[in-house]
Amino acid sequence: MSVTGDGGAGQTLIRIRNLSKAYVRGEQFIPVLQGLDLDVRRAEFVALMGPSGSGKSTLLNLVAGIDKPSGGSIIVGGVDIATLSEGALADWRAAHVGFIFQFYNLMPVLTAFENVELPLLLTTLSRRERKAHVAAALDMVRLTDRVDHYPNELSGGQQQRVAIARALVTDPTLIVADEPTGDLDRVTGGEVLDLLDDLHRQLGKTIVMVTHDPKAAGRAERMVHLEKGVLVPDPAPGAV
Amino acid sequence: MKAIPLSYIARNLWVRRVTTLLTAGGMALVVFVFATVLMMSEGIRATLVATGQADNMLVLRKGAGAEINSGVSRGQAAIIESLPGIATDGNGQRLVSKEPVVLNNLPKRSNGKPSNVTLRGTSPLALALRPQVRLIEGRMFRPGTSEIVTGRSIANGFIGTGLGETLRFAQRDWIVVGVFDSGRTGFDSEIWGDAEQMMAAFRRSAYSTIVFRLADQGALPALLAAIDADPRLQIDAKPEIQFYAEQSEALATFIRYLGLFLSLIFSIGAIVGAMITMFAAVAQRIGEIGTLRALGFRRTAVLIAFLAESLLLSLVGGLIGLAAAASMQSVDISTTNFQTFSELAFQFKFTARIAVQTLAFALFMGFVGGFIPAWRAARMKIVDCLREA
Ligand SMILES: Nc1ncnc2c1ncn2[C@@H]1O[C@H](COP(=O)(O)OP(=O)(O)OP(=O)(O)O)[C@@H](O)[C@H]1O
Ligand SMILES: [Mg+2]
Repeated sequence: MSVTGDGGAGQTLIRIRNLSKAYVRGEQFIPVLQGLDLDVRRAEFVALMGPSGSGKSTLLNLVAGIDKPSGGSIIVGGVDIATLSEGALADWRAAHVGFIFQFYNLMPVLTAFENVELPLLLTTLSRRERKAHVAAALDMVRLTDRVDHYPNELSGGQQQRVAIARALVTDPTLIVADEPTGDLDRVTGGEVLDLLDDLHRQLGKTIVMVTHDPKAAGRAERMVHLEKGVLVPDPAPGAV
Repeated sequence: MKAIPLSYIARNLWVRRVTTLLTAGGMALVVFVFATVLMMSEGIRATLVATGQADNMLVLRKGAGAEINSGVSRGQAAIIESLPGIATDGNGQRLVSKEPVVLNNLPKRSNGKPSNVTLRGTSPLALALRPQVRLIEGRMFRPGTSEIVTGRSIANGFIGTGLGETLRFAQRDWIVVGVFDSGRTGFDSEIWGDAEQMMAAFRRSAYSTIVFRLADQGALPALLAAIDADPRLQIDAKPEIQFYAEQSEALATFIRYLGLFLSLIFSIGAIVGAMITMFAAVAQRIGEIGTLRALGFRRTAVLIAFLAESLLLSLVGGLIGLAAAASMQSVDISTTNFQTFSELAFQFKFTARIAVQTLAFALFMGFVGGFIPAWRAARMKIVDCLREA
């Protein structure tokens, strides 16, 4: 992947400065994030924690480029994604971000194979190349025997593994996961976390994961706590 | 721009196949009306155009327009008969038929209700002038008698017109000695008898129509010039094909416009149906839309995907409706041609052009019905989609 750091200390991949986000609903003005600063190193595994409504998903969405900030900058691999046009941002996401959702978000009418292939349709890869990439990704999540199954023929854990394969198939720099184990039991959730660990350790992916579960957060290198829209000091070493 | 795969679009229709089929069925109904009306219009035109023969010229009184309004005196007929450039048969006889045309009210076999039928006085030469006419039962009428022959549609459709039956009109009994088939042309809806007998019975002193065969097309300019030069000939002479094409124009056009108008009204219902179906499809898949957009598919890709889904839906409806309409080809129908005020039998005629127009109409409904839902799907913000899922 060609995303390069800014060359600064510790190979910073994500540099967030003075980030603010507020939602406007009719008359209502809802400030969610206020003057937030955060750096994430390349190949770092960060867990984002905090009470419900503190703005974790909002922050993750901004980092992943599916929402626009009200102020401040989000520089990812040297690009301030807050300034990109909508189309450029879509292309940027396709090239650099892998998504993992709490409820898997697979297309019910597509097979496991087709779901994993979906982001590759946005690349210039040939059909044969896509096939090879999908096979490798499904192999990584150990679902090679479920290639032709539809989501409703898979368990929750299996669906999430398909989703992980979809997130890694384009070989993105950054993987964002919003409560990836939130809908799974302890054991299957553990398997999913093992896979994220693999992505991080073996493939060197930068992962930002939102979670409520301290056990899950414990798998990350670093925990970041969000409260009422601002980061609070973390007891763990290596905090902001 | 990269598109959302067609398999995603088609399978979503398949997953909702009951809804899809109901919506497509509504469209199929409208498409069926649309196509059959065009086929009807086309059938009338084809029937009347086929009625004319390439080398035949048809003469009416100047400005008459239709045979029933025309009058060509015996004197004028004699002049026309002697014009240069008229073909002759094997016996050297000029191929000219001087024909009185009268409308007569006859009761239908189906319901006893009377309808206008064209009576044509002619001579056995008529068979030479109109080679598409073949006797399928009995024989030709003999000149100088009260014998008549009836067209196939008449013999089937009207009381007293079958072979061996007797018809009473103009204070005479007319015996049917033959039934003819004219190859699905307008003559199938006529009754033919001896011209002079009919003139006498109906107390006519003038013919309605003179039909003659050109020796060759090259003779036409000189012949038209001769007609123009003679002040006694206040007549219109035109190719028979052109005459019959003009006879079909008003009725065919009227039916087509009436049909298009009705289809357009009905199509509002089908479009609303498609719109409701597509709005439901969008509402059901908001989370999927958000996911696709997050993965990097553009708004336009979402718009196109839902529009394509609606178009595919309407294509299904269009094909069902078209198949049903195509099966109407074997059905015979008849109506009154208000240009001639007489009964005309014809068939629904299916053409490639109608198939294309019909499918275009179906796709038009799909486009109009699908555009607003697709637009809505494309307009939503990604985060809102993902939250609503
Ligand atoms: N589209 C929106 N419109 C209005 N308010 C919003 C919107 N999205 C989020 N919010 C508000 O912003 C705040 C933060 O929401 P967010 O989803 O980021 O919280 P969260 O930390 O992820 O919570 P949870 O743990 O429950 O997922 C909440 O008060 C929420 O109601
Ligand atoms: Mg959240």
